[in-house]
Amino acid sequence: MRNALSLGRLLAVSRKEVLHLRRDRRSLGLAFVLPAIMVLAFGWVISFDIRHIKMAVYDEDRSQASRALVDAFTSSSYFVVTGHLDRYGDAEPLLDRGAVRLVLVIPPRFQARLSGGGPAPVQALVDGSDANTATIALAYARGIVTAYASRAVLGARRVAPPVRAETRVWYNEELKSSNMIVPGLIAVVMMIIAAMLTSLTIAKEWERGTMEQLASTPVHPVEVVFGKLLPYLGIGMIDVLVTGFIGDVIFAVPFRGSFLFFVGASFFFLVGALGIGLAISAATKSQMLAIQVAMVATYLPSFLLSGFMFDVANMPTALQAIALFVPARYFITAVRGIFLKGVGPEVLWPYGLGMILFGIAGLTLATRAFKKEIG
Amino acid sequence: MPVSAAVGVRGLTRRFGAHPAVDGLTFAVAAGTLFGLVGPDGAGKTTTLRMLAGVLRPTAGEISVGGVDVVKDPEGSKHHVAYMPQRFGLYNDLTVRENLDFYADLYQVPKADRPARLERLYRFSNLGPFAARLAGRLSGGMKQKLALSCALVHQPEILLLDEPTFGVDPISRRDLWLILHDMVGAGVTVVVSTAYMDEAERCDTVALLERGRVVALDTPEALQRGLPVRMEAVRTADPRRAAALLATAPGVRRAALFGDVVHVSLEGGDGNFEPAGAALAGAGIAVLDHHEIVPSLEDVFIEMTGAQAHGAAAHRGAA
Amino acid sequence: MSLAVSVRDLTRRFGDFTAVDRVSFDVEDGRIFGFLGPNGAGKTTTIRMLIGLLVPTSGEGHVDGLDIRTESEAIKLRIGYMSQLFSLYGDLTVDENIRFFAGLYGVTGERLARRRAEVLAMAGLEAEHDRLTADLPLGFKQRLALGCAVIHEPPLLFLDEPTSGVDPVSRRAFWDLIYGLADRGTTVFVSTHYMEEAEYCHRLALMNRGRVIALDTPAALRALMTEPLLEITTDHGPAVAQLLQGAPGVIEAAMFGREVHVMVEDADAAARDLPALLAARGHRVHGVQPVRPSLEDVFVALVRREGGAVAG
Repeated sequence: MRNALSLGRLLAVSRKEVLHLRRDRRSLGLAFVLPAIMVLAFGWVISFDIRHIKMAVYDEDRSQASRALVDAFTSSSYFVVTGHLDRYGDAEPLLDRGAVRLVLVIPPRFQARLSGGGPAPVQALVDGSDANTATIALAYARGIVTAYASRAVLGARRVAPPVRAETRVWYNEELKSSNMIVPGLIAVVMMIIAAMLTSLTIAKEWERGTMEQLASTPVHPVEVVFGKLLPYLGIGMIDVLVTGFIGDVIFAVPFRGSFLFFVGASFFFLVGALGIGLAISAATKSQMLAIQVAMVATYLPSFLLSGFMFDVANMPTALQAIALFVPARYFITAVRGIFLKGVGPEVLWPYGLGMILFGIAGLTLATRAFKKEIG
Repeated sequence: MPVSAAVGVRGLTRRFGAHPAVDGLTFAVAAGTLFGLVGPDGAGKTTTLRMLAGVLRPTAGEISVGGVDVVKDPEGSKHHVAYMPQRFGLYNDLTVRENLDFYADLYQVPKADRPARLERLYRFSNLGPFAARLAGRLSGGMKQKLALSCALVHQPEILLLDEPTFGVDPISRRDLWLILHDMVGAGVTVVVSTAYMDEAERCDTVALLERGRVVALDTPEALQRGLPVRMEAVRTADPRRAAALLATAPGVRRAALFGDVVHVSLEGGDGNFEPAGAALAGAGIAVLDHHEIVPSLEDVFIEMTGAQAHGAAAHRGAA
Repeated sequence: MSLAVSVRDLTRRFGDFTAVDRVSFDVEDGRIFGFLGPNGAGKTTTIRMLIGLLVPTSGEGHVDGLDIRTESEAIKLRIGYMSQLFSLYGDLTVDENIRFFAGLYGVTGERLARRRAEVLAMAGLEAEHDRLTADLPLGFKQRLALGCAVIHEPPLLFLDEPTSGVDPVSRRAFWDLIYGLADRGTTVFVSTHYMEEAEYCHRLALMNRGRVIALDTPAALRALMTEPLLEITTDHGPAVAQLLQGAPGVIEAAMFGREVHVMVEDADAAARDLPALLAARGHRVHGVQPVRPSLEDVFVALVRREGGAVAG
């Protein structure tokens, strides 16, 4: 027969946890400094956007048309022309050395062929050793050439092409990778708080021996779990808001959706994540083991399989199956929706519900895992 | 178990794997008395106390603490019990005051009562001037006093202490026992475990434990006077040699060195020291003094356990 | 008579906390030297400085003629050390532990075979040599730890609280082993907080709060307590002890087992007055007699004389 729940005891556990946190530099650093650093690092350093790709030009035509084509490249922010070559053979050493990623070769009689209406081929030599960048550089190059071609043809003939593809990118017009990353970062940061901080706290008491005496008091497991949860919940929410703020202000990630829904979804997701951390702590009773389990069970999946940086749809089927069970995945989808698509509960309510269920599941797991018994 | 017993166990057993750390313990502690669980490391004292405190589930047996069946309802007794484990449940990165407040909160000590209680606790522990000091910075004796204060802050009816004086200086040890006697005088039931035999003598009742079993259970006085041997303290000029010699001297059952004095238990109800004395004289060891003594509890323990000094075979059953 | 250990003004500070404060003493070859005092007195810190695990803040020391500051590695070859927590590996068998420590000290071949047999005999573990160390009872672990510490037959042995928690019989058996070693010429340096074990040593240093407060043979230390000590037998020891504490002519009153030990100014006057005083309060006195002070009484008296409570 358990004792009736007491708010006083619960708050006593919370108060103590706050005291511990205040006096533990490492935890404080982890809780506040690390998330901020992560946002800044990921936002600035990691970028899938390729800009200022170095290229060289070998222009055999030296006509007005060829110069116009080269201008099209230079005026785009994607490329920067670092040199003009005199011989075709100069291209290879440049590519070998990695001095340039792409060499544009304009054969002689380019302008003549163009005004004659026939095909006027140009060649792009690309350094393929970095396949990602090569693919993107090539895509940009094709885009520029196609645009130039349309202008050239239409300008000359004043005829509309049979099919005109108009592309519009929704939500993230500039395809800025930071827009993609920052909302996902919020989820990853929360997982860190849960994985590293909460996973330690119960295990620490077992290791230090204080849990033995705690177990002999009338305190209820729910009071211990919820009591320890509260301070980390506070820290987590602060981190969420700070991360969002940095994203919005420094990286100009637009926030188009419902702030309230955002806070609500974050809150429940955080509760769930913290609950899992506490459950791990209670089950392992060892700080070292707890942190390793937390890394593998929560942090890594959230980082790799949630769609944070890597698209899940591109992964092997087996991993996609595992990804179905990563809570962060659904949270990131929802958060991206709120930030970039401006949608709210009317569309995202299943995700909201999912977060609430995740929160409840986390707490239940933690309460079940914590036993007031030695051995 | 008698109804008036504040704490009672019957057939209490706890196994870890195949090894019985506690094996069929049965005893009762009358309310308002000081009960000692006495024995060396590995005797089962900590395991027993943990089961009494409801933090370890027994493999078999019954436990009653404050009228509550602890096996069926471990939480039921915790309001009236205070447990002080050997490792002290103190938070080193919290101050003296913060530790006390935490335990007061856990036991829901009414806010109105707190100032007076803290005052009293500070007075007997002399921790008042250190209220703002981190518990980790206290000396061993002070930590012990703080741990005891935290245990007492909710004025428990039953106090369980696991080797509270282990490694602590003699002055703090004496202070602690005075406090325990005060508690008992005020009606608290105290169950304390110790490996110090001299402390055990201060209890109202002791249970001598050896490898999980009760070897003797009675008042210290009854145990000491109940030994069916005559015990003498022998002082000589060469205590070590004397002890070795006396161990095998005629008429001597057992000889043990206590400091620079040899305690000998003599054969027969009214044993005679003469043969032993002659043996000493024959070896050229002068006897400075010998007289009968009431055996100490340590003597009782040595007699009763009759443990072999050598040969692990005798201990094969233990693990 | 040469000195196995010699220490002058040895000091060790941790930040602004002085753990060991200008400690000086000498230990003769082949003697048992005891280091007595409560936890936190500085015993372990001192030992660690002597065996080269910790660098002194100031002062100097020599172990087996070697300087503890500059030649600590050489010292380690000449000593055996048994730490407070027994450095045995629970998941190794008895034999494996012996071989491991032998390997550390370069004890091999024929010498290893001989020493292994001797250590097993000393510990009484001949039949248990392939038993897991964790399964041994504490008393045997302790003896095995001692054996492993002396596997290389060092001239000096440092023991840090070797008998904590061990039963009275095993404790005495252990001391028999130590005496055996001392008889064969090993110098033994042992620290303990069991006051009664101090009596087993040839010479003692009483330590409190980092300082040596007394240094002499047990007998001489007992003689230091000039104040007479009376043992009073009554029915209610604790109440009587409390009553007498602070009574006229009483310096200190404390429980000793069930009796009350009273340190008084004048034995005769006290023997006369105290029973009367107690009778007036309703306590019957069964006996009053002078007793020899135990080392615990000496310790308490010396500390009180210094004017300070032990803890800080």
